[in-house]
Amino acid sequence: MTALLGDYTLQNVMLGAALIGVISGVLGSFAVLRRESLLGDTLSHAALPGICLGFIVTGVRDMGSLLAGALFTAVVAALLMVGLTRRTRLKTDAGLAIMLSLGFALGVVLLTWIQNRGGAAQAGLDSFLFGQAAATTRADLLPMALLTAVALSGVVMLWKPLKLMSFDPEFAAVMGLPVRRIERLLTAMIALAVVVGLQMVGVVLMTAMIIAPGAAARQWAGSLLGMVLLAAGFGATAGISGGLISTLGPGLATGPVVVLVATALALVSLLIAPRRGLLPAWWRRRRRRSHTSTEQILQTVYELAREHGDWRYRVEQGAVDAYHGMITEPQLATLADRGLLISTEHMPDEGPHWRLTEKGQGHAAEQAKRRNERRRWRVRA
Amino acid sequence: MSGLANPTIAILLTGMLVGMAGALLGSFLVLRGNSMLADAISHSILFGIALAWLATGETSGAVQIAGAALSGVLAVFLIETLARSRRLRDDAAIGLVFPALFSIGVVLINVFARDVHLDEHTVLLGEIGFVWLDTVTVAGLVVPRALLASATLLLVDALFVLAFYNALKLATFDPGLARALGLAPGLVFYAHLSLLSGTAVAAFDAVGVVLFVTFVVVPPAAAYLLCRRLSSLIAVAMLIAVASAPLGYGAALWLDVSVGGAMALATAPFLVGAFSWRRWRERRRYRAAQPPAVSASSSA
Repeated sequence: MTALLGDYTLQNVMLGAALIGVISGVLGSFAVLRRESLLGDTLSHAALPGICLGFIVTGVRDMGSLLAGALFTAVVAALLMVGLTRRTRLKTDAGLAIMLSLGFALGVVLLTWIQNRGGAAQAGLDSFLFGQAAATTRADLLPMALLTAVALSGVVMLWKPLKLMSFDPEFAAVMGLPVRRIERLLTAMIALAVVVGLQMVGVVLMTAMIIAPGAAARQWAGSLLGMVLLAAGFGATAGISGGLISTLGPGLATGPVVVLVATALALVSLLIAPRRGLLPAWWRRRRRRSHTSTEQILQTVYELAREHGDWRYRVEQGAVDAYHGMITEPQLATLADRGLLISTEHMPDEGPHWRLTEKGQGHAAEQAKRRNERRRWRVRA
Repeated sequence: MSGLANPTIAILLTGMLVGMAGALLGSFLVLRGNSMLADAISHSILFGIALAWLATGETSGAVQIAGAALSGVLAVFLIETLARSRRLRDDAAIGLVFPALFSIGVVLINVFARDVHLDEHTVLLGEIGFVWLDTVTVAGLVVPRALLASATLLLVDALFVLAFYNALKLATFDPGLARALGLAPGLVFYAHLSLLSGTAVAAFDAVGVVLFVTFVVVPPAAAYLLCRRLSSLIAVAMLIAVASAPLGYGAALWLDVSVGGAMALATAPFLVGAFSWRRWRERRRYRAAQPPAVSASSSA
């Protein structure tokens, strides 16, 4: 019996967490691409008063009305934010922080208002701060699934304009797209994603669920479709594993655990993703360094000198570094040891400079001639 | 019972001091366009508070404040490092770092500190209504601990701003020039943000960290709509914060709701007022600039 009960809770948790992961991954991708990552933060904090309003209006802890209230105040906060930044000299960051903090303050006030008056039914509202997956019931899942379906179909219908606006908003406006209206729709859909996650992740941490899966997917994917699908996968993985872990450990709020899993996914992606990852990039730089011969660097110095019409021209070490995208000092020192370059002072405080010796000039010219011949052959062939 | 331990006076004074300190430091943050860092720092200090508690078994005290403030600085450092890797934009970096640090803090508290006074709800929401219960005796005076902490931090913040006013001003408006003049805007930035996290730690007892963000952002934003000079902006912002405390306290008593939340929410009317005043003045100036014939024909 207890096993069955546990199983039932577990099923709810996994279903709910998967829904949250998918919807926040998909919509978060657009937020991350459009540099609006922190919009999710404001929306989720501003959803708290809505939850309380939903409860005050209906008087019961009904998921549908709570989420409707949350959606309402989140969207109102977003609209106020846009209005404030468009009509004054306050910037977006200030607008976001203002609506976030005032929204949350209002939520706290309403929460204590309910607590100081309410009966037993108010007990559940507190769990919206940090989320409590184990409290999810089958009845809670239905509104969550509905909202997810609405948001996802919105993304599918608006796919083309959303894509254009994520990569080139100016061009989208020139094309005659109703950019502002679509922006508002996107904001509303992100609010939907936030609202779906409130029950399990909580208002404080939903922001991470909007950002982390999208940021992780961005490192792997080469196309928008790939990124969105991957983000949905990452989000679902984080949601399900975090939800499961939190039901195992007693008293562990779900939100923090889910967020830590999602953050770990994002960090690992930052490190190891094949093309953008930091470790592969470091590896490539190392390889390039070991494959860039001293001869190539001598050629660079020679070409720079030739461009200036003076083979005694003093080339800045920084310029050679920048050209090769690596530290070239060891190779330059080797060339100096071979008597092809000498280190010179240009002006005080201007960093090390190098110039060709007579021997170096002859050697480099010889190499350049050979290289040009090779190139000519290749062009003919 | 000395005057400072009187509940009403203690609550009001603590709210005012926290508000002034927040508005003072927040002015530079809002002007620099980094308002969301206030949110990031104030969430991240939970990590430091949890660690400091694990290490010393205490949540308040100078060492704890300094230790927890370091976690705010750590958050800023991580955000900058992530953004500098150019794999993430800085907004995504902010949103990735602070929830993670906050989550670690919550998990640490959940696992190790289940039945202690410290819990994430207190850190988030604060219990300003109870500040007068926790007192210390300084030079024969009974002073609530949170009041002492916020007064000290306000003093330190004010000294910092006075001492480095020009450097702060230049680092805020023209970091390039500040660098050229050898004023190390990066260092000023970090010093400013470490004080901000220290103040957030001192405030968490009283108003809770998220409501602290309100004091950091809203009064300076309202003042920004009213003032042209930095010095008057700071003065107006601090005035708004000071006025919000009794306003919010009165409302909280009347409606029987969270005192910290009501104090934070009491900054909102000032923002709305500043916004309306600005709109009204712009409209009047616009009308004054219009030649009367045009306005007559357009109204016809």
